[in-house]
Amino acid sequence: MGEARDGVKVKRVVFVTVGTTCFDALVKVADSQEVKDKLYRRGYTDLLIQMGRGSYLPTKSTGDDGSLAVDYFTFSSSIADHLRSASLVISHAGSGSIFETLQLGKPLIVVVNEDLMDNHQSELAEELAERKHLYCARPLTLHQTIASMDLNSLVPYSPGDATPVAKLINRFLGFPEES
Amino acid sequence: MEKNTSCFFSNSSPNLVITCFVAFITIILVRFLYVIYRTGKPLNKRTPQQTLSTLIVLGSGGHTAEMINLLLVLQKDRFTPRFYIAAATDNMSLQKARVFENSLADSGVKGISAEFMQIYRSREVGQSYVTSVWTTLVATAHALWLMIKIRPQVVLCNGPGTCIPLCVIAFIFKVVGIRWSSIFYVESIARVKRLSLSGLLLYKLQIADQFFVQWPQLQRKYPRAYYVGCLM
Repeated sequence: MGEARDGVKVKRVVFVTVGTTCFDALVKVADSQEVKDKLYRRGYTDLLIQMGRGSYLPTKSTGDDGSLAVDYFTFSSSIADHLRSASLVISHAGSGSIFETLQLGKPLIVVVNEDLMDNHQSELAEELAERKHLYCARPLTLHQTIASMDLNSLVPYSPGDATPVAKLINRFLGFPEES
Repeated sequence: MEKNTSCFFSNSSPNLVITCFVAFITIILVRFLYVIYRTGKPLNKRTPQQTLSTLIVLGSGGHTAEMINLLLVLQKDRFTPRFYIAAATDNMSLQKARVFENSLADSGVKGISAEFMQIYRSREVGQSYVTSVWTTLVATAHALWLMIKIRPQVVLCNGPGTCIPLCVIAFIFKVVGIRWSSIFYVESIARVKRLSLSGLLLYKLQIADQFFVQWPQLQRKYPRAYYVGCLM
């Protein structure tokens, strides 16, 4: 399971993030035996959960007994480092988390929070899933997505561009075009 | 003689008052129609040195990140001084804006002028629409206070409810002649098929001079919007 030649185990980290929200349903299901088993079977070694404002506390584990190592924390001033060192990201459907992850080129499963009223977040997740930039799941179907996902089929996301907006604004205000 | 004079004045002052009132209403109406007519029409050509004071409305969640992304491609020497406003309960947005302005200073941009302010929220996420009426009035009074101080020439916003009182006041300033401004609204990237409440209000009331959307589905639904692709 990911042994390098010098015997040091290669870490493949799954990073779960709920951003600044409270999303106990995702934290709970990420910490469930079903999901952890499926992740372990897909070759992941570590599970790191950023639990935000939630109240459910995952169970820490060192993973020495041939299972997933589990750790968690509430917030961090910047999750960029955690995203960079992850092999798979499982995130709530906030646009900030989604685009930060896509721009780093990391495989992403977005889990939509069904408890939110007027859930506009799902629009973005579903649109990007349709364009094959990420997988979209609900808390109860997460384990199925993990088992069946083919990360090689994901299409890399090209970063957006704000210059069309800037051009229109400058033109409207009567500023000269850039040379 | 005195008695006649006082009778004359007491008879004509109601007429005078009414005349003044009607004149006032007419002027406001004409100004209002003029502003509606000019909304969305580009301004005249500008000399390169001219600067425009700019109000930037920030919001929690992805709003501030998207706004910073837009500011990165706008010439800072044109849009200055910059005034950042965030909701009082939003702790991170002003911090992100300060970091952005500091990075400009670090990279050698000269003559940076930026101010950071907080405003009472019209409505918290999840707050009932009924209680929101009162909080919106309070927020509007606070917005009026801030806008009188700032009187921006450009307003940039991208969705949070905090922008509604500010944009409405900017529009009123145009009508009463306090300050002419150009109002730009970029609907959030998270809005693919439906506009946010702020977006819907500014689109329907035609308060924004230019209304930008990031997904083609919205441009089909709201034809006066400009489709500009994803900013992030």
